[in-house]
Amino acid sequence: MTTPRTEFSRARYYRAGMRLGFQREIQYRIRTTLMILGFMVEPIIYLAVWTTVAEAQGGEIAGLTTGTLAAYYIVWTLVRVYNLGFAPDAWEWRIREGRMNDFLSQPIHPFHRDFTFFAGGKFVFTLVWIPVAAFLTLIFEPTIEWAVVNVVGFVIALWGGFAVRFVVLYLLGMINFWTTRGAAIFGIFIASELLLSGRLVPLELMPGWVADIAAWLPFKWTFQFPIDTLIGRLDPGQVVAGIGAQVLWTASIGLVFVAVWKRAIRRYGAVGN
Amino acid sequence: MEAGDPAIWGGGQLSRPAGPIVLARLHLRLGALNELQYRVNFWVQLFNSGLNLATGLVAIAVVYNQTDTLGGWSSAELLAVLGVHVLIGGFLRTFVVPNMWSLIRDVQEGTLDYTLTRPADSQLIVSVRQINIWNLIDVVLGAGVVAWALREMQSQLTGTGLVAFGVTLVCGAAIVYAIWLTAVTIAFKAVDIGDLMQILNGVYEAGRWPVTIYPLWLRSSLTVIIPLAFAITVPAEIVTGRVGWGWLAAAVGVAGLALLVSRAIWKWGIRNYSGASA
Repeated sequence: MTTPRTEFSRARYYRAGMRLGFQREIQYRIRTTLMILGFMVEPIIYLAVWTTVAEAQGGEIAGLTTGTLAAYYIVWTLVRVYNLGFAPDAWEWRIREGRMNDFLSQPIHPFHRDFTFFAGGKFVFTLVWIPVAAFLTLIFEPTIEWAVVNVVGFVIALWGGFAVRFVVLYLLGMINFWTTRGAAIFGIFIASELLLSGRLVPLELMPGWVADIAAWLPFKWTFQFPIDTLIGRLDPGQVVAGIGAQVLWTASIGLVFVAVWKRAIRRYGAVGN
Repeated sequence: MEAGDPAIWGGGQLSRPAGPIVLARLHLRLGALNELQYRVNFWVQLFNSGLNLATGLVAIAVVYNQTDTLGGWSSAELLAVLGVHVLIGGFLRTFVVPNMWSLIRDVQEGTLDYTLTRPADSQLIVSVRQINIWNLIDVVLGAGVVAWALREMQSQLTGTGLVAFGVTLVCGAAIVYAIWLTAVTIAFKAVDIGDLMQILNGVYEAGRWPVTIYPLWLRSSLTVIIPLAFAITVPAEIVTGRVGWGWLAAAVGVAGLALLVSRAIWKWGIRNYSGASA
């Protein structure tokens, strides 16, 4: 028996929320396209730099050929937009403008509202990314080892990466309940993420100790892992292990968030009185 | 005392409309004094600038960890490019970006009409209303990085060389101003301009590396359409002695042209601007 349409269910809420996010992005197509084009600049810069270095050394650097580097940075753009979540500094605005009251008076946790909204937009970004990737493929001639298992693994890893980064950003946003000067912490976060996630360069090109630190942090599971999965640099065992790591990170940071959230809204109440 | 008495009117100095230069100076001074009230922002900005510079230095270190030369550029020369990038970026964020944000807000809220109806030149007014004085930290840091690069190269920079470098920096500042004003003017009615500013920021990042290492299509776009090459790479090449007087002349020419084009586009933009309330 199906539940009547008027009844609330978490699954139905998620579906509706994601459709709303999808609609918002598809309505502003030019904006979405410009955003993708804007995001393309950064990987093209890195690609140009590393291709120059690799070519000077006979077409390969630390085991990465120019073709692999091209593949890496083309997939980079899609992973980058899947990484977008609710910005931590935007919580300050929510608190300052009293928007929190609106959220707190609803029975459902604002997390679900934000998560579904961002998730829905990802489908539009994927649609816009395809022609961009095709164009870049013509120019940079990437080498990708196509396999069904890689594509399936990539789709899961892409959403897994989104989940990890979304909860991390959400947890970070809680800082705003304690201070209005969170910007310094967000700055440090963004800089460390740039270096330790594979966003600037694949971690193999970093000194060994950087990769060692990265192994203990969630960053690379949001960025380098999905990319490596699609372009065929991982075997099926590594892909499964990586998805497991994403689940673990999402769950453990999610638990911390739940504990912090309770204290945060208690503080928020104190501000309002 | 009676109305119009010089003692009331500031000794007669304010009794007639100021010329464009005085007007710009007054606006900038007021903006700077407003910002100077917020001392803590200095430390916040210093921290952010330091972090940003550190990231740039790490990126260069990572590259030269793998190679000795990047497309013919030594690490010290690349340091000079980074220095100019930070320096011009500091100018951009101090003088240009805050004004462009007010302009965007005016367009969105329909208050640009108040500016357009003022008797003074509208382009001048929208370009000098705001100033983020603490971002000048980047100008100082950038200059420091250039000096460090020159020391690394054991460069014997002459007085003439320094003047030439100064001229290219002024040209660079004029060029980035022209790019930003043009982009925002074109976007008046086309797109969500807030996102456009993010994209421009992304494009500016391309200047962090010498344009000569980019593929031809990107290099020509950054030279002709969005002439960041002349704003950042050329000053760095002048100060490190990689190029000579010809490029200095070219930078001056491009800066003049960019200013003229942005002026023409601004005139066109406000002629076609119908206000948000109309």
